[in-house]
Amino acid sequence: MADSSIDKIIDLSKDLRWQIGDDFHDNLAEGIYADASEIATSSVRIDNQNNQFRLDRKIDKIVTSKTWGFPIMFLILGVILWLTIEGANYPSAMLADLLLGNLHPFLKGLAASIGMPWWLDGFLIDGVYLAVAWVIAVMLPPMAIFFPMFTLLEDFGYLPRVAFNMDELFRKSGAHGKQALTMSMGFGCNAAGVVATRIIDSPRERLIAIITNNFSLCNGRWPTQILIATIFIGAVVPASFSGIASLSAVISIAVLGIFFMFLVSWSLSKTVLKGEVSTFNLELPPYRPPRFWKTIYTSLIDRTLIVLWRAILFAAPAGAVIWLISNIYIGNESIAAWTINSLDGFGFLLGLNGVILLAYIVAIPANEIVIPTILMLTVLVTGISGGEGAGVMFELDSINATSDILKAGGWTLLTAINLMLFSLLHNPCSTTIYTIYKETKSLKWTVVASILPVIMGFVVTFLVAQVWRIFVN
Amino acid sequence: MSDKANNACDTCSHFNADGLKKLGVNTDSFDFVVALAGNPNTGKSTVFNALTGLRQHTGNWPGKTVVRAEGAFEYNSQKYKLVDLPGTYSLLSTSQDEEVARNFILFGKPDVTVIVVDASRLERNLNLVLQILEITDKAVLCLNLMDEAKRNNIEIDERTLARDLGIPVVPTSARFNEGIPDLIQTISEVASGKIICKPHRIKNVPDNIQKAVDTLSEEIENQYPNLSNSRWIAFRLLEGDNKIIKALKAGEFV
Repeated sequence: MADSSIDKIIDLSKDLRWQIGDDFHDNLAEGIYADASEIATSSVRIDNQNNQFRLDRKIDKIVTSKTWGFPIMFLILGVILWLTIEGANYPSAMLADLLLGNLHPFLKGLAASIGMPWWLDGFLIDGVYLAVAWVIAVMLPPMAIFFPMFTLLEDFGYLPRVAFNMDELFRKSGAHGKQALTMSMGFGCNAAGVVATRIIDSPRERLIAIITNNFSLCNGRWPTQILIATIFIGAVVPASFSGIASLSAVISIAVLGIFFMFLVSWSLSKTVLKGEVSTFNLELPPYRPPRFWKTIYTSLIDRTLIVLWRAILFAAPAGAVIWLISNIYIGNESIAAWTINSLDGFGFLLGLNGVILLAYIVAIPANEIVIPTILMLTVLVTGISGGEGAGVMFELDSINATSDILKAGGWTLLTAINLMLFSLLHNPCSTTIYTIYKETKSLKWTVVASILPVIMGFVVTFLVAQVWRIFVN
Repeated sequence: MSDKANNACDTCSHFNADGLKKLGVNTDSFDFVVALAGNPNTGKSTVFNALTGLRQHTGNWPGKTVVRAEGAFEYNSQKYKLVDLPGTYSLLSTSQDEEVARNFILFGKPDVTVIVVDASRLERNLNLVLQILEITDKAVLCLNLMDEAKRNNIEIDERTLARDLGIPVVPTSARFNEGIPDLIQTISEVASGKIICKPHRIKNVPDNIQKAVDTLSEEIENQYPNLSNSRWIAFRLLEGDNKIIKALKAGEFV
């Protein structure tokens, strides 16, 4: 095709644009609406008397009201967490008993009977196998409860109402209201939350949503929060209140995360990511009764198993690393002991300890293996017996046994609170970091999103530790 | 979730259930490309899942699908590749998700575009339908969420609607697999040319604009005789859409 003919068309269009004036876009849009209205009028008949929309509107009046909107949100979050915590206990214990109590000794016996050298047996069974088994026992039950419940809520149509309730807060912090949706996805998995930010049109607001998604407590971190809250927070109140106390502690951490998300969004939009808040239309879709069993099935297959598989892929090499650093000696000390000792001073400043810091370094690939790593390393340092030995990740029979080990390792209530805070405020896991890079295609913003939360974690735990030591001790 | 026939459509002689094979993500070779377009939260992904047997994530909020998903099915030994586009309210602005949808319908040249609409909100959904019908003339209207419309006491005269729009209209409740066999049959008939669409063209525009559009689209047709959407290109040129001018220069419409 000759260029001249295309130019001719374009010239003609320029001439015509002059003739018809500025109103073209509006005129066309109006024309489309007029056509749509004509067509709809001749084919649609609505019986307004018995319209279901009225029920939807009634529900919306309550769940998006100024008075009830937020209490209902927290109530729903509380119920979901409570069901997850309570419901996961029993199957977790069963899985632990099966995979760690029975299958592990069996594998050890098998290895011994075929004469496997101690280092290979240790590396494979005490390192890789135990890490994988621990992740399955700890993660599978809560995920299998949390994800389907979240999906049911999503299918019902509640998420847009959350976005509606929080829109004002997001606008005030200079972010996009749809960030409420990506934040909610982040409660399941931060990597999924980062991908979901594609629904935000403005690049500035999308970047804010990506950087702050990590403040949504993700599925890999819920178990850590729950376990530590149960052991330490639940123990300082009378037994009958311990469940409520630990639940409140976990919810407080989640709410604190939301607070930090607003704070960081606000700071970013006032400094490096300045700009106008864009307006958008948020459609509140009709409530739809979810197809219960189908939702359960698909969320188990698609979400739970996929996330679990990812966790296993990361846990296996991490288990190997833990075993290696605990069993390779430089001089008289293993690499792990040496690192823990050198991190202890810094850890003390933060109200934590060297074990926790090393555990977080080892657990960069996946947050969910932090607790087993901490337990194993604590046993190694304190030298208390009863565990499986150097570099063996294990599950303890009961929460009491876990508590004994941690207390032997010098843990206090401060250590527990700061671990919960640090678990909220630290770098995203490797999958999320990679996803952030894929979505932003910017090394700079990936580094910011990864480092910023760690710095905040250091600052917050440092301040808490100092205040605690002044006022409590 | 059995494969057995469970409603009248499945056993109807016009629908050949034996000829249907859900191919999942296997989109290697195909005879036809089918695009799924529509407003956000009208159940496009649910229709997509019902046709391909895949379990693409669905959710009850606008914006759930952000990436273009692809799947396939085979019907009467012909393979159809299905592309699930992000939901959009319009094709007239230039946000990223709208561009994905618009570019695919325009440059991907799908053999059939299935426009999924929410039967309870037909009028609002028609805004997008009318725009798509300016771009392509091989389309099927999937009147989805019929169960909800019924619950809301909304009745739709499908034949009048089909006549006014000039494309076949298939009522469905994709969540319950209702109407899907009929939809597949209709898609195949449009793809093979058995059904010829005469899509509605936007009428309610002032005379001077109508004239300008006619003049320009005539000129475009003179240069590109095989173009079916000259009117829509004229709309975009009159709007001063630089991306369309660029595409025209690059010869992407030929």
